[in-house]
Amino acid sequence: MRGLTLEATELWKERALIATEELRVYFKVKGANRPLKAVDGVSVSVEKGKTLGIVGESGSGKTTLAKAIVKLVKPTAGRIYFEGKDIYKLSKSEEKQFRRRVQMVFQDPFDAIDPIYSVYDAVSEGAKILGLTRSKSELDEIVFRALEQVRLTPAQDYAQRRVTSLSGGQRQRVAIARVLAMNPDALILDEPVSMLDASVRGEIMKIMGDLKIQGKTFVMITHDIATLKFFADEVVVMYLGRVMEVANSKEITRNPLHPYTQALVAAVPVPDPRYKVKSLAKGEIPSALNPPAGCPFHPRCPLAQEICRTQVPELRRVAPGRLAACHFV
Amino acid sequence: MVLVPILKAEGLSVDYFTQRGRLHAVSDVSFSLEEGESLGIVGESGSGKTTLATALLKLLPMNAEVVSGRVEIQGMDVLSMDEESLNKSLRWRVVSYVPQASQNALDPLYRIDDQFVETVHAHVDMPREEILHKAMELLLRVGVEPSKLRSYPWELSGGQKQRVMIALSLILKPKIVILDEPTTALDTIIQAQILELFRELKEYERLTAIFISHDISVISNVANRVGVMYAGRLVELGSSESVFYTPLHPYTQGLLKSVPDLRSDTPYSYIPGSPPDLVSPPSGCPFHPRCPLAMEICKKINPALEAYDGEHLVACHAVKR
Repeated sequence: MRGLTLEATELWKERALIATEELRVYFKVKGANRPLKAVDGVSVSVEKGKTLGIVGESGSGKTTLAKAIVKLVKPTAGRIYFEGKDIYKLSKSEEKQFRRRVQMVFQDPFDAIDPIYSVYDAVSEGAKILGLTRSKSELDEIVFRALEQVRLTPAQDYAQRRVTSLSGGQRQRVAIARVLAMNPDALILDEPVSMLDASVRGEIMKIMGDLKIQGKTFVMITHDIATLKFFADEVVVMYLGRVMEVANSKEITRNPLHPYTQALVAAVPVPDPRYKVKSLAKGEIPSALNPPAGCPFHPRCPLAQEICRTQVPELRRVAPGRLAACHFV
Repeated sequence: MVLVPILKAEGLSVDYFTQRGRLHAVSDVSFSLEEGESLGIVGESGSGKTTLATALLKLLPMNAEVVSGRVEIQGMDVLSMDEESLNKSLRWRVVSYVPQASQNALDPLYRIDDQFVETVHAHVDMPREEILHKAMELLLRVGVEPSKLRSYPWELSGGQKQRVMIALSLILKPKIVILDEPTTALDTIIQAQILELFRELKEYERLTAIFISHDISVISNVANRVGVMYAGRLVELGSSESVFYTPLHPYTQGLLKSVPDLRSDTPYSYIPGSPPDLVSPPSGCPFHPRCPLAMEICKKINPALEAYDGEHLVACHAVKR
């Protein structure tokens, strides 16, 4: 995102492990005469070993952005860089490396799984497909090590269990282990804990914290800004396919500048009856098929003025290390 | 003044018949609800919250059995009533229930207006015009355009459907509303809107409510009394202030520390392990395998829910009374 001002474009692209530049992902929708702009000009980046959090409501485009980064959807325009190289201009061997080094962890990927599928099958699958091992014993070692990393121990026992016999928290750990078996550099996580019970959520976050210490890079997508406060280094707030605010995770939760971020923060419940949530944003997120003119947030914004209805605010630097797209910040 | 509870559950236990044997979903739960109160029930998935709520209205599925206990609502002995009298004199008229994932509880083939009419007609005779008139008033009250009465459920957003379900639950002016995870599938901003709406309705309509959630922070926003469930048991019960400011049960304490709190800089923790299998629950206290304070006695004897300080009850051997 440092590239937005274009002053140091080449530098940030090289320094970042993953970066997007003016990324647009549009979808054709049957019966509609214009495209659905799921991602509409997004530039974000994450350095090696860091964690980028992307927060927004459903319909904000955050999952599409993640899928574009792992090449599951094709951009309409803009670029995606991995170690400074355009991921659509990789050589065959670089492409193969990319497929291993950047992995996406989906929200309960075992939702509709074959009941005879074992944990071993789940964890070894990717490594097998990519041909990462030459022998069964090598594969065993990779699988057991991955299970140990997510604290499913004794790994040999867990490997034999059916995925369907596991609790939600254990399944989510298998989902992470299956990606770790490929020894990726970057993990793209889509709502990794939102479906889980509170008492086990922290354990998953702890496991990922340990992976972070080992130098893994994370992009974490969530609708819950509170989770990011303790895990992300930098947070990007998305709304209707655009970036509303970018800041350090502590700063953005302590002192959100954009009215949309303020609404996200005020909506987080805390376990103290003296503090009640406030709904600062009216109504609901409109369809990306028919976005409002001007600032996409203006119909829900408590500060909206005439200018917001007509002019799209630029994402600009509003403080050191902070960007916001609002006429009134 | 001694308040007579409007709802009372005594020693309620519910089992499910499963292929693996009896699953003890709710075990020996007792509590009462007074008029105007808002009782929050918090517990993780599988802790028995929904089974408890549906047992209160005798809405349990076919494979469930009430093993023991009593439910009394406004003097009615609920568990001895037949379907017809439950529908005519209890459900919706005295207590309405907004089920979990209630966005899916609306029939996709029927327009909202028809769902209002059908729901009302299951309980009382009332002319269609009168029902629709009331429905329009209620939709306005919950922040949905009355014109949406002509919509199909799939034409509404998740938040709108939840508002419609709340309006529908109020149509016969019940004394008690039971809301089961009403905000779980919603984005945080929409959740905040629904929580605000609930607080408004509670104040203006003087509702008595049972609000069920797996999220203890959501409960702190809506409840003035809190019950904590674990493995089918009520392990702590008390005023919102006492449970949040002086949590007694190690499970409640662990749950409170598991919440990412935006006001604090301390990272949140977790409770090691996972909830027990209720087909073969552990001996003694069901929490002992995960409990940091577990003693010998905890493995043998299940602690009863007893008073710690007036109305603050806890089921734990480690709590000094």
